[in-house]
Formats: sequence, structure tokens, C-alpha cells
Amino acid sequence: MTKHSDQTNKSGPDMIYRSFLDRQIFALPKCTKCNQFHFFPRVVCPHCGEFELEWLAVSGKGQVYSTTTIRRKPERGGPYNVCLITLEEGPRMMSRIEGIDAESVKIGDKVTACINNDSEESFVVFTPTKEAN
Amino acid sequence: MAHNLRGSSAIVGVGLAGCGEAHGKMPLDILAEATHNALDDAGLKLSDIDGLFTGSSYHFMPTLSTAEYLGIKPRFSDGSMVGGSSFVAHTLNAAMALKTGLCDVALICYGSNQRTAGGKLATMSEQQIYEAPYKPRYPISSYALAAARHMYQYGTTREQLADIAVAARQWAQLNPAAFARKDLTREDVLNSRMISDPLSLLDCCLVTDGGGAVIMVSSERAKDFPNKPVYLLGTGAAHWHRQITQMPDLTVTAAKESGERAFKMAGVTQNDIDVVEVYDAFTINTLLFLEDLGFCAKGEGGPFVSNGNIAPGGSLPVNTNGGGLSCVHPGMYGIFILIEAIQQLRGDCGARQVNNAEVALVHGNGGVLSSQVTSIFGTEEVL
Repeated sequence: MTKHSDQTNKSGPDMIYRSFLDRQIFALPKCTKCNQFHFFPRVVCPHCGEFELEWLAVSGKGQVYSTTTIRRKPERGGPYNVCLITLEEGPRMMSRIEGIDAESVKIGDKVTACINNDSEESFVVFTPTKEAN
Repeated sequence: MAHNLRGSSAIVGVGLAGCGEAHGKMPLDILAEATHNALDDAGLKLSDIDGLFTGSSYHFMPTLSTAEYLGIKPRFSDGSMVGGSSFVAHTLNAAMALKTGLCDVALICYGSNQRTAGGKLATMSEQQIYEAPYKPRYPISSYALAAARHMYQYGTTREQLADIAVAARQWAQLNPAAFARKDLTREDVLNSRMISDPLSLLDCCLVTDGGGAVIMVSSERAKDFPNKPVYLLGTGAAHWHRQITQMPDLTVTAAKESGERAFKMAGVTQNDIDVVEVYDAFTINTLLFLEDLGFCAKGEGGPFVSNGNIAPGGSLPVNTNGGGLSCVHPGMYGIFILIEAIQQLRGDCGARQVNNAEVALVHGNGGVLSSQVTSIFGTEEVL
């Protein structure tokens, strides 16, 4: 896990989060007291109330906690996946799984984060984790 | 020793208006008509109201807009906004205001023209910026994620969820005022258009117009009104998250805590409850709330709702008006579960009347399984 010094500590946590994504780094705030990560980024640790936080890149490994297929009409782009991912580091976030059919996503699937830069604001999506040999 | 709010206030008037379709009417028109009906029911007039409790998806400052429309100048107002559960939450705040003399006649009220205004859910909600890139549908996708997780952990099935919709419809068929009364089978629900897996169209509440109003006073004067008073025995609220991503466990709602608080204040247990009215925006709500409120064990909601327990003639009458699924659901539903519970305890429910109903539990939900508020009401016999 790479530790990043926070060059932008005068910014709020949302700006810091997005500035990391712009640099293609998925980083989250971690509490210096209870050592837990949280998401969405805040100025206070929601686990213990500590205000001293540091930003660290996370592994990007996660597991599908729940999933739904939104049945958008074909003429509007067809069905798409919305899921909740529990990150290896603990926090849970909304995302989608790319690279497989929306309906093939299953709870418990192991997934890996990647940063989607297709729109103006980068955001984190996941792909199925390839099993190691 | 009993809590000092237990039984300290009572509902002496209820009114409905515009349920179904109220063509050409604005939300406050419908709210005012419901208020008129509640005042008639209680034998009061508008100028008697000195406490106002309301919530709205249309008016940013709902107590101001509502009082202005009605031409009243309340001494105490509360526009606490916790989504659809607001009106159940208002019963606690009204009880406190009545007990402390901040007001003498409390009006809890709501109105919406959601259906005839085009069917789109009105909202003043801020965008959830960490969810927006993934385009979830609000609110259904959040409930779908909870349903999928419950299925994964406990083996709950779509058939069991469908049975909740069928039970609600069977109650609605006993309620002439319900909006959806045609026969409904499990297969109809399963075959309805999938929207956000595993929830299909008939797992979702109706989109109707409608308004409701409730008049609450101190128990000391509750017998001065034409109707049998219905007393607030206990109430409790709890919330653990706002966005679905922040819900600690998608199979356990804060109803567990709100329910415990309400039961404790009321001094009753699940066995004492004769009729249950829960906020069924989706079929999964009913199942989660019955579990979290302790009517069945966690994970056993599926079998519990599937063997006829909650349908007419079952062991636990649930959503006796037909619920948000089949009776009425104009954006926010909380006021309607209150009104149905009061009518059941007054014995006013005709074909759907639960025999000898003396204690009713009302459970409101707001946001995306976020705000949970439980109120327990009883007749004079259980005070």
C-alpha cells in the first residue's frame, strides 16, 4: 500500500478524492487513531470520531455485496448493472461491474477496481478479478 | 414506571381526501380537504388548530406554506423532514408539544397530486454525488439491492415477495376506498415487467394522489370529542444512514431500534399487537419490517409472509387498507398508515375490520430504508 502525502490538505475531502482519481489513483481517507478507512470521504472518521486522517491508496480489491440490473429499454442503451462493493479495506461503495453482462454479476464475486475516465469526472468501476494460476 | 408520554395524547379526528385521482388539484388543495374532513370528524374548526406538523415534497418550508394556505397562525410548528416516515415522526413531536403545553390542538397533515401531475416522484432531495455516476434509479434500486442481499443471505424468493403484494391486494378488495382492487395472483406479480432486479412492477407501490390529516390532543380532553379517542402509547425513531451505500447491513433496518423504543414506551410486546400497518413502498419493506419489529425471526420473513399469516384471516393482520401497494401512495405514505390504524382501533373499517382491535402498530419508513419510526396506539381499554 502506497502512502501519499497530502499535497492538497487545504482542500475538502471530496476535492482530494477527485484529485487522486485525476492522477489515476484510487485513494481513501484512513483514520490515524482507529486505522479504519471510510467512504465517502469526510473530515472526520465515522467509526471513532477522530479528525486526524491520512490519505492512502487502496488495493482496489473488493467483493460484490449486492447487485441489481436496471432494465433500461434497448433503445435507451439496454440493461445495466448497479452494485455495492465491499472493499478489502472495509468501506462499501456503489459502483458497476464492467466487462460482463449486467445480469451475470453475482453477490460474492471478487472484483478489481479501475478508473473510468470516459466522462468529465473520473469514477471508480470494477471488473471481475481473474483467478491467479 | 411508565414513560410520561405514554398515553398522554390521543387522536380524535382523521380525514382523507383525493385518494386515487384528484384532477385539477394542487397538493395543498388536497391537504386542506383532508384537514377539513379531519376537523369535521373531531367536531373542530380550523381556528382551533394551534399546532401544525407537516412535510412536503413540493414546499421547501412546508409549515409556512401550509399555515398560510389554511389561514392559521399556529403557536407551534414542526416541519421535520424524514421522507415518508415524517408523519409518524410527527406523532412523537406532537405528543411532546401537547404534553408541555406548547399547543392544544395538533394537526398532522399531508397532500400530494403525484399521479395527476404526471406520476413522477416529486423531490427536493440533493443528488447523492458518490452514487450518481452509476445511475441508480431512485428509490427502487436501493430497495432492490436490499432485496437481493436478503435473498442471498436467507434464501428469500421472488414468490415470497409476490405473496406480500397478493396479501395487500386481498385487503384492498375489502376496502372500497382502495385504488387497486382487481384480483391479483402470485403469477401476475412474477410476470410483471422487471424494473430493477429482483423487483418488478407489481413489487412497487402505487402512484396515486391523496391527502390525509390527523387531529391530536392531550388525553385530558380526549373524551370531549365525538369519536372514541385512540391513545398514543409509545413511539420511537432511529436512523443509521441516508444513502444505501452507508447502510451497515442491507438485511437489517433501524426499525429494530425504533421498534424496541416504541414497545418499551408503550409497555407492550409483539403478542399484544392486534393490527400492523407498515410502510410498504416495495414488497421487501413489509418483509424487512416484520422481521426487524420482531414479528418473526431475522431471515424467516419469507416463509412468514407466504403462508397466509398477513392476509385477511391470517394470524397477523398487516396493511389492512391494502397498503401502499394496493390502496394509496402519493409520494409519501406515512399519514395513511396512521389513519388506517386509528380507524381500525375505532372499529370503523367495515369488511376489513379486525375483530376486537385494541392495539395497533404503525411503522413509517423514509429515504432508502433510512428513517425508521414506530408508533403504537391503543384504545382506552389498554391505557
